[in-house]
Amino acid sequence: MTTSRPRAWWKTGVGLVLTGLMLFPVYWMVNVSFTRDRDLRATPPHLLPTDGTWDGYRAVIDQQLPYLGTSFVVGLGTVALTVALAAPAGYALAKLRPPGGRALSFVLLIAQMIPGIIMAMGFYASYLTLGILNTLPGLILADSTLAVPFAVLIFTAFMYGIPDELLQAAVIDGAGRLRTFWSVVLPVSRNSVVTVSLFAFLWSWSDFIFASTLVGGGDHQPITLGIYHYIGNNNQQWNAIMATAVVASIPAAILLILAQRYVSMGVTAGAVKD
Amino acid sequence: MTPPTRTRRWPAWAFLAPVTGYLVAFYAYPLYRNVELSLREYTVRSFVQGGAPFAGLDNYRTVLSDPTFWPTLAHTLVFTGGSLAFQFTFGMALALFFHQHFPLSRTLRALILVPWLLPLIVSASTWSWLLNSDSGLVNAALGVVGIEPVHWLTSPGWSLASVTIANIWIGIPFNLVVLYSGLQAIPAEVYEASALDGATGWQRFWSITLPLLRPVSAITLLLGLIYTLKVFDIIWIMTKGGPTGSSATLAIWSYRLSFGNLLPEFGPGAAIGNLLIVMALVAGLLYIRLERRQHLR
Repeated sequence: MTTSRPRAWWKTGVGLVLTGLMLFPVYWMVNVSFTRDRDLRATPPHLLPTDGTWDGYRAVIDQQLPYLGTSFVVGLGTVALTVALAAPAGYALAKLRPPGGRALSFVLLIAQMIPGIIMAMGFYASYLTLGILNTLPGLILADSTLAVPFAVLIFTAFMYGIPDELLQAAVIDGAGRLRTFWSVVLPVSRNSVVTVSLFAFLWSWSDFIFASTLVGGGDHQPITLGIYHYIGNNNQQWNAIMATAVVASIPAAILLILAQRYVSMGVTAGAVKD
Repeated sequence: MTPPTRTRRWPAWAFLAPVTGYLVAFYAYPLYRNVELSLREYTVRSFVQGGAPFAGLDNYRTVLSDPTFWPTLAHTLVFTGGSLAFQFTFGMALALFFHQHFPLSRTLRALILVPWLLPLIVSASTWSWLLNSDSGLVNAALGVVGIEPVHWLTSPGWSLASVTIANIWIGIPFNLVVLYSGLQAIPAEVYEASALDGATGWQRFWSITLPLLRPVSAITLLLGLIYTLKVFDIIWIMTKGGPTGSSATLAIWSYRLSFGNLLPEFGPGAAIGNLLIVMALVAGLLYIRLERRQHLR
């Protein structure tokens, strides 16, 4: 960069202001989560949590832990199912080039465009017949549809870059397709497995529509429903609601810290290839 | 050593079989079920036990002649159009700004992704509280400049604008990231040549950046359209489509019919869902065509 130093730092200042504006609602969520009950309706609202309280977080621990646990289990289940389905498919599409592979990629692209409300209605009807409404495996299956098409596309793009020589070497060593996949392709694709897992977890963790239609009447409800009921029943205690929201945002924060560069890749995966 | 083609092809589909079966069971079947729901007259009993009479296009006629159909369609268009226009404009401005590479630009660009990564219920409830009539920060800020409090979420005149604002905020990061990657693909020599010609920054934007970015912009807008048509969570959590349906879109109406009433109307609900699918698919096919054409270049 040839720009002179002071000018560049001036831009950093503007960048900080813009980022601050964009993230202000997030700051406000954190601020309200620490606000005392009696200050919640203060005019003007307190801009800083100077007389902060942990009461909101105590309420989370007292009331929301089961919801968080359910979300965690559903998230892990979604990750396992998604990787198990999508990694072999990505390998086949990238390296084995079967007839009909292009058509399948096309179907996957279309599948991502179906509105969630329609999927939910179809699932509801089937689950009712199958008797798996209000069960965790049912929710895991439904949540995985948020991630599987994306995951196949990511794996295909990633595994496409594995050098053919590497795979041929494995074949010469006498490895079959399955062994090649398991002991060469998967270890080499570790980064894509991480990316897919993080997104699958995040989407399942954030899901509201499948949760509210498919497990809304059950004993095991995820954190999104926890917050939703909270808003419905208890609309005075916004510090507790916002504390729950902060806790529910932790996976997103972890994703951003651990996998910053993959996040942009994930966002653009469907839009701009190469 | 080389295996015959037949054994070569078979294992490829063995790797694809799980995902193919999955697509049939969890995409094709729900879609089929949805079409079937929309063509029959379901009651709660026949929904469980089967045997609902075939109703042809009755559900679609019911929906189209419902007095709420046209307002709801209009809300959907306003919500979608407003979201896309502002998300794209802000996203483009931020992408151009961050493309200049300054100290910390990478970190700040990553931080701006936060709204896109947060669970929608988190964003929606945060905005609900920001826009709360009595205790919200937005009304407090307006009060400082002497503007009367606005009933953002509880007055029919403002509810649609409020959910659109929240949705714009959520969508800006996506537009930023995609447009930014489009900007990076423009070779620096193009700008260098125009700098020799003495073009100003604004001229460069209109005569070089924007035309070269047209394919990426079209893709961004189409993907945005597909995502925005689907939006359900934000509106449902903030206003439930109310008051009196003033912020209801097609997705909200469909959900309300099927799940929001004590007496569900699955048939009409599914019919609206299918109308939504058709709209999303038209956009989707356009997107795929554009994408292909860009690859051929």
